[in-house]
Amino acid sequence: MSRRSAALALIVLIAVVPVLPGVPAFWISLANYIGLAALVALGLVLLTGVGGMTSFGQAAFVGFGAYTTAVLTTALAWSPWLALPVALLVTALAALIIGLVTLRLSGHYLPLGTIAWGIAIYYVFGNMKTLGGYDGIPGIPALSIGPWSLLDQRVSYYLIWLIVLGAMVLTANLLDSRIGRAIRALRSGAQAAESFGVDTARTKLIAFVYAAVLAGLSGWLYAHVQRAVSPSSFGLNAGIEYLLMAVTGGVGNLIGAVIGAAVVTILKDQLQNLLPLLFRGTGNYETIVFGILLVALLQIARGGIWSLIEPYLPARARPAPDVLASATATEAASVPLAPVAAGSRQDTAPLLSADVIRKVFGGLVAVNDVSFDVRPGEIVGLIGPNGAGKSTTFNLLTGVTHLTAGGVRFAGEGVEGLPSRAVARRGIARTFQHVKLIPDMSVLDNVVLGSHIHGKAGVVSAMLRLDRAEEARLLGDAREQLKRVGMADAADKPAGSLALGQSRVVEIARALCLRPRLLMLDEPAAGLRHLEKQNLAELLRRLKAGGISILLVEHDMDFVMGLTDHIVVLDFGTKIAEGSPAEIQVDPAVLEAYLGGIE
Amino acid sequence: MTTPILTAEDVSVAYGKVEAVRGVSLAIPQGQIVTLIGANGAGKTSLLNALMGLLPSAGRVSFRDEAMASVVAEERVARGLSLVSERRDLFATMTVEDNLELGGFRTAASARAAAMEDVFARFPRLRERRRQVAGTLSGGERQMLAMGRALVGRPRLLMLDEPSLGLAPRIVRDIFHIIKALMQTGVSILLVEQNARAAMQIADYAYVMELGEITVHGPAAELARDPKIIESYLGLGHHR
Amino acid sequence: MSSSIALLLVQDGIINGAIYALLAVALVLVFAVTRVIFIPQGEFVTFGALTLTALEAGRFPASVWLLLCLGVTAFVLDLARGRTKRALIPIARRFAWDIAAPLALLVLALVLAPMKLGLAFNIAMTLALVVPMGPLIYRIAFEALAEASVLTLLITAVGVHLAMTGLGLAFFGPEGFRAGSFTSLSFALGPLFVTGQSLLVLAVAAILMLALSIFFGRSLIGKALIASAVSRRGARLVGIPEALSGKVAFLMAALIGTLSGLLIAPMVTIAYDTGFLIGLKGFVAAILAGLASYPFSVLAAIFVGILESFAAFYSSEFKDVVVFMVIIPFLLWRSLSGTHVEEEE
Repeated sequence: MSRRSAALALIVLIAVVPVLPGVPAFWISLANYIGLAALVALGLVLLTGVGGMTSFGQAAFVGFGAYTTAVLTTALAWSPWLALPVALLVTALAALIIGLVTLRLSGHYLPLGTIAWGIAIYYVFGNMKTLGGYDGIPGIPALSIGPWSLLDQRVSYYLIWLIVLGAMVLTANLLDSRIGRAIRALRSGAQAAESFGVDTARTKLIAFVYAAVLAGLSGWLYAHVQRAVSPSSFGLNAGIEYLLMAVTGGVGNLIGAVIGAAVVTILKDQLQNLLPLLFRGTGNYETIVFGILLVALLQIARGGIWSLIEPYLPARARPAPDVLASATATEAASVPLAPVAAGSRQDTAPLLSADVIRKVFGGLVAVNDVSFDVRPGEIVGLIGPNGAGKSTTFNLLTGVTHLTAGGVRFAGEGVEGLPSRAVARRGIARTFQHVKLIPDMSVLDNVVLGSHIHGKAGVVSAMLRLDRAEEARLLGDAREQLKRVGMADAADKPAGSLALGQSRVVEIARALCLRPRLLMLDEPAAGLRHLEKQNLAELLRRLKAGGISILLVEHDMDFVMGLTDHIVVLDFGTKIAEGSPAEIQVDPAVLEAYLGGIE
Repeated sequence: MTTPILTAEDVSVAYGKVEAVRGVSLAIPQGQIVTLIGANGAGKTSLLNALMGLLPSAGRVSFRDEAMASVVAEERVARGLSLVSERRDLFATMTVEDNLELGGFRTAASARAAAMEDVFARFPRLRERRRQVAGTLSGGERQMLAMGRALVGRPRLLMLDEPSLGLAPRIVRDIFHIIKALMQTGVSILLVEQNARAAMQIADYAYVMELGEITVHGPAAELARDPKIIESYLGLGHHR
Repeated sequence: MSSSIALLLVQDGIINGAIYALLAVALVLVFAVTRVIFIPQGEFVTFGALTLTALEAGRFPASVWLLLCLGVTAFVLDLARGRTKRALIPIARRFAWDIAAPLALLVLALVLAPMKLGLAFNIAMTLALVVPMGPLIYRIAFEALAEASVLTLLITAVGVHLAMTGLGLAFFGPEGFRAGSFTSLSFALGPLFVTGQSLLVLAVAAILMLALSIFFGRSLIGKALIASAVSRRGARLVGIPEALSGKVAFLMAALIGTLSGLLIAPMVTIAYDTGFLIGLKGFVAAILAGLASYPFSVLAAIFVGILESFAAFYSSEFKDVVVFMVIIPFLLWRSLSGTHVEEEE
């Protein structure tokens, strides 16, 4: 059975459950709650599982959706359907504002921020007279479609699950797109994503608002199914429960979200029947079990239930490279991949020039007034002992670290002070000393990340699959670059399965997707075998012949000496020598810095 | 060769699918300096971390005739194994004195004071800076403090990872003299160095590591004459 | 607002702030040593206060059951994870500490609680019952996650919070209790009415802070704790066991939390979920201090206390909103001013 038919079977099962004879009404209502929760959990998959941003505050967005429609349909007597876009808009706006404020928070401060606004918004709901205070708003009309009222649980069941399935399809589409890849790239670090030209702040905001809108949609449905709202459903505990669902099911997977929602909802229902008997009282005793479940999951199965099921499922069918993709690929190959610089190789105007750049970290001078040029079509090596300031120089040139003083010009334009995504857009692509590929994504998907700036498709066109032509072009491009570096065969392997040498070459292919004029490589030969080094050097020579200039930071002397046209030597943050490989080898300052024996 | 204080048999370290150390075996004789040289990324630091118990590894490590498999890093320290890591791992916000005192965390309070005195005698610079915060020390002083901190614990085997890293040649010379002097007090030493020339000059025995494996080993004096070693590790490549 | 009202509000704010300061210091301590953002810190306040009120009323304190549950769980888990050596003596020793000792306390509580032995006994018993929960929780939930990310540890802490509030409800019931004042002393100071209890809060807070600074400045174990916080690898390299630092940090957090609970038990009605909210305000202060500085945490906590009492004066409904939202602009400023280079490795 393929995955597709498994999914189909699941859909059929969902469709027939309510009409099966003997299914108690109470099951249907439970299934409805599962669907409502699954919507929120789906958003968390995108936000937390894919984007790496943890939120304990999603319940507040459910509340925004629910309260908006509650007020509009009771006090103002609007139709629920008319209230729907308003509810989503209010939620999106709230998310936009909260997101703008809190998404800049890095690391663990973001989830702490979500706890803070999760609690604050609960108190706001509970203390606003217009929202009915802690009693909430009763008497919300049920949904109706023409003559059918959705008062009947079975009818709302279909509506809810239709929406859940729709949301799953749209979310899956979004994940499989340019924006989706950018969201995935967030988890492997903003620095890498920015270096392909991804605006990480904006991408985070997209994921955040998308997750909030799903929560708001769930809130709108909830208000009309429950027909009453009160703040307790939107407090911090509810927010934690949604996260629990996502973690239980497997936070990186859409089906996991549904499984998690089902498990937690059913468990909660059972526990609420059982525990009060045990403890002879009423109250939220289920939190004991939920808490223990959460702690146990993180210790035993961090991938959630989905990670336990997945190995038993049939492997995902490989998408055959479609005709359109290969057609554009050949087309792409015939186009010169790097816009060749205006002048010829002998042209003396430097492509990149570092002009007395300086970096001071807390009183320590890491880079001390260093100047050098990279000319079009050159391979320049930046070498020096460990701790000489090579990596810092590299980061200064790519806009990762801000200069303390000095300037950087690229193709005649000052680029100092620009964020690295802007530097990337001007035609500088880079690789990383510690390979930054996303291990659970395919090699091809990793490489196509590099062409982010050459696509335009946004969220809506991705969700509706209107981006296919552009996707095919970008994927074709990526395949072409993989071919160029000799890794075409590895396109469909997960990036995590590659050896170090292959990973480095894949990073180069990813950088090439940017169609750079300058390629900057951070210790590309570190950890490579002899043969791998030779192949890498060969590849770099070919790229140079294709019109790309290269600046590489390297440790390996043999590698640098045989490959480069020009070498800059740093020691203790200062340039101690510069010249051709032959000159560098006999430079006394270099010998002293490298050898410095004990006699 | 005297009885080894530490032996490693068939030790491997893997990061996911990448094997950084592959089936390495070595022995460190009591009271000698053994050096481990190799290019960047050859797996030297991973091997040291595995010997220290900081990285999970396959194979067998025994220290002073005791199998280390179930002994965690902190307990290996208590048994006399000590690592001065490449990053020094000092307590940057604490004073030199506090750093040294903590070096004797696993020794009796009475022995600690005497050991600290010994360290101050060996590194007079540290005595001058005893009230200074470790994070404000210069590179050479940091290395001295890292070594001093390890010595307060009275180790039997001291493993030094790139002690010359980022230091000016003059300070490197001092550090190597101190290493040599330490050996004479009976401490065994495993020295990992990129500055292979300096390391070979003070070592009794040398291992060469390439791509996670030991490729050559032998008495340091012999290896230092091996043309292949000279070409790869003791000069500026064959261009010289 | 008259100046005497303002003065009253400030007085109120400082006393609450002192409690928040204690909790904030505990949070900073736990985070620095273990990287755990310890959301359930406030639960110790609850358990401390509710144990005291139970003993005061001559009732059997339900916290005994909780301690026994935690002890059994930790004992079984350590054995299953192979953390207790599978030999008779280590197992017997662990059994004595994890199970026999709580059982002994259970018997003690059963016999002595109805006798109403007075404040000193009540306080000692409360500390004996609640403080050991700290290291037990560390062993159960966090010790195995030493290598996990701050985020995983945070989610785990939230899980522990859920479980502990649920257990608090199960064992103590939903009603709130208030203890009698430790001292009946009170006097007027200008426009202010000063109670002995509030002076006690300030005095204990000050003494605890002083004791902490001596502990960290002078004792080897205190220095070892700081060392673990500064460099985890460095601490391991000098032989400081990670689990030891973790247990000590959680022990101190539990001690501080329980003492805070004892101190405010006569001032506030405490129910099973009250402590969480109090703990969160300690949190706000700890976050304002960047989860790093003890003196700043204390200052921030006093600020939070005063902010809260003024907010309550103007709009009692929205005081919590104000207190929790105050961290957002602060966090924003922090992340904007911070460097954005990710650390390698």
